[in-house]
Amino acid sequence: MAELIRRALRDGALDGEHAPALTIKDNIDSPFGPHVFNHVLAQLSANILAGKSQSQSVSFIFEHQLTFGLQINRVEKTTLLPFKNGLGFWIVTRILLAGRIGLWSVEALTNQSPKASNAVRLCKDVRNLDNLFSSILQLGKELVGQGKGRFSVAIDSATEMIRHASISSLAALLSNIRSHVTALLVCSSFCCQLPADIATVTSVLEYMSSMVASIEPMTRSASGQRGNYENLSLLERNSKTGKFHVRLKRRNGRVRLMSEDFCIEQSGIKFTPRSGDGETISQSLVPKVQFNLQLSEKERIERAKVVLPFEHQGIGKPIEIYDGRQSLNENNIENSSTTEKLPTSQDPGKGEIIYFRDSDDEMPDSDEDPDDDLDI
Amino acid sequence: MDRSPNLLDQALGLHDGESTWSGRVVLIEDCVETSAAFVLHHLVKGFLSPLSSSAIIFVAFAQPFSHYDRILRKMGCNLVVQKDNKRFIFLDMLTLECPGENQKSVEASLLPGGSRSITILIDDISLMEVAVKGSSSHVLDFLHYCRTLTTEFGCSLVVLNHEDIYSSIERPTLILQIEYLAEVIIKAEPLVTGLATDVHGQLTVINKGNSDGLSLQNKMCNFHFRVRENSVEYFYPGSRT
Repeated sequence: MAELIRRALRDGALDGEHAPALTIKDNIDSPFGPHVFNHVLAQLSANILAGKSQSQSVSFIFEHQLTFGLQINRVEKTTLLPFKNGLGFWIVTRILLAGRIGLWSVEALTNQSPKASNAVRLCKDVRNLDNLFSSILQLGKELVGQGKGRFSVAIDSATEMIRHASISSLAALLSNIRSHVTALLVCSSFCCQLPADIATVTSVLEYMSSMVASIEPMTRSASGQRGNYENLSLLERNSKTGKFHVRLKRRNGRVRLMSEDFCIEQSGIKFTPRSGDGETISQSLVPKVQFNLQLSEKERIERAKVVLPFEHQGIGKPIEIYDGRQSLNENNIENSSTTEKLPTSQDPGKGEIIYFRDSDDEMPDSDEDPDDDLDI
Repeated sequence: MDRSPNLLDQALGLHDGESTWSGRVVLIEDCVETSAAFVLHHLVKGFLSPLSSSAIIFVAFAQPFSHYDRILRKMGCNLVVQKDNKRFIFLDMLTLECPGENQKSVEASLLPGGSRSITILIDDISLMEVAVKGSSSHVLDFLHYCRTLTTEFGCSLVVLNHEDIYSSIERPTLILQIEYLAEVIIKAEPLVTGLATDVHGQLTVINKGNSDGLSLQNKMCNFHFRVRENSVEYFYPGSRT
């Protein structure tokens, strides 16, 4: 599932379409939004560095923490863009030392392009998000080149923005960003708003994003009261693990819900499929009908043994999966070499269909419509 | 000096020298029945110990300087001397009568002073909120500023707050926000069983660890304490007869 998110952010948007946007929500009981944010961001950067992504650069909007990227580097063992390619830029809010009006400082952390290296712009007022947007766009274009901005934007955190700006201006900012970039990543924590605000902000953010990842504690305390530290073991459990729900909106409006467990480890965040209880719940939800909807264990094993006609690769040969958009040249060379070799190695009299499963393909037997993004 | 690590130091990860303790946000929560001021005094004493070179900026809304001076002197730490050495900077908000905003400029003028690790202590947030006429947004702005300092200059931030003040509010914005920001939460509560002569309360320390992954182990400790004339005893429940 985290994989699906990675793919969606990597592949970006089609022409004339809004960029895919991921909103990460967490709350005080399970404050792991930043962990997930780091994880997704690191994956996105890795994709960009490998040239697999549609975008060429990431812009980071942080409430503070210039060292943030370094932290991600250490935890996720990847290199964030600004430190390698000289692409990518930071936008950092600071609260001014004197006076209450904050400051957006847009800083390009590039060491290669002399044109952009001194591109530090200051938007004098944190409440003015329009200014911020134009700075993002301008700097992005300087770095990546003219045309549709081929860069992604990551925001941490939206809730901090709302403290300074109105909800409508945030919505306008996000919408503008989505129409100009490849992918958008928003992190927000809902512990600091008034209850009325939370509902509005949540729905605004969820409306504007194609993917919503919400982080929930494994177990909530029965009393539901805050600050109840009596049950230490419960607290301890929630401090390392949690539930990760994702809602994915497809282009045709189909919504997919998925959930996983995660645990925080020394080396970062680890996702694992839901253990046990999720399955039993889903089974008990199936309505009672006269015919059999579920497969028995034996039938399931039998079905797993069937080799579909095009799935010949698994037999004795390594399974190759086509993981699109690497680089065209590389693929061409590979393809030509395989096509050249094949006729000689195979019996010329026998025809064979060579099929590479695409990494984007659903597993066989999935009920996904593979063509649902076709615009017929 | 008897700096043998006690349970509190261990829980805070301070027992191997507080030089490792930079860039952290610590929240101390207490309530009317059980004051956690002693934790604050303990930290002041630890940071000003001759072994370390760190400096303290103490933003006091609750008590005048003489109060802290008297207590720390009993604990074997002379604040007046430290003040002269510029290791203890005391901002008395009671007499300064800052209208909230000037705190920032006051601190800004003090901060670029040294490369030493600096700790900002605030006693306490609820009174700061009162000083800025109840605008929790101002307080959050100030905390945001302090937190920027922690990430950029490696300052630490220690904040004291009273939890039961907010118990009538359904979602206390301010305290939730600070709890979210804090990497270490120290909570002082009375015993569940009520008052006792030998035990003055319990401390719960939640050490969330840095988000940088180097110390991600999440530690949680709970122990009892007894405040004595010039020291505090910490012990696990049932380990004392």
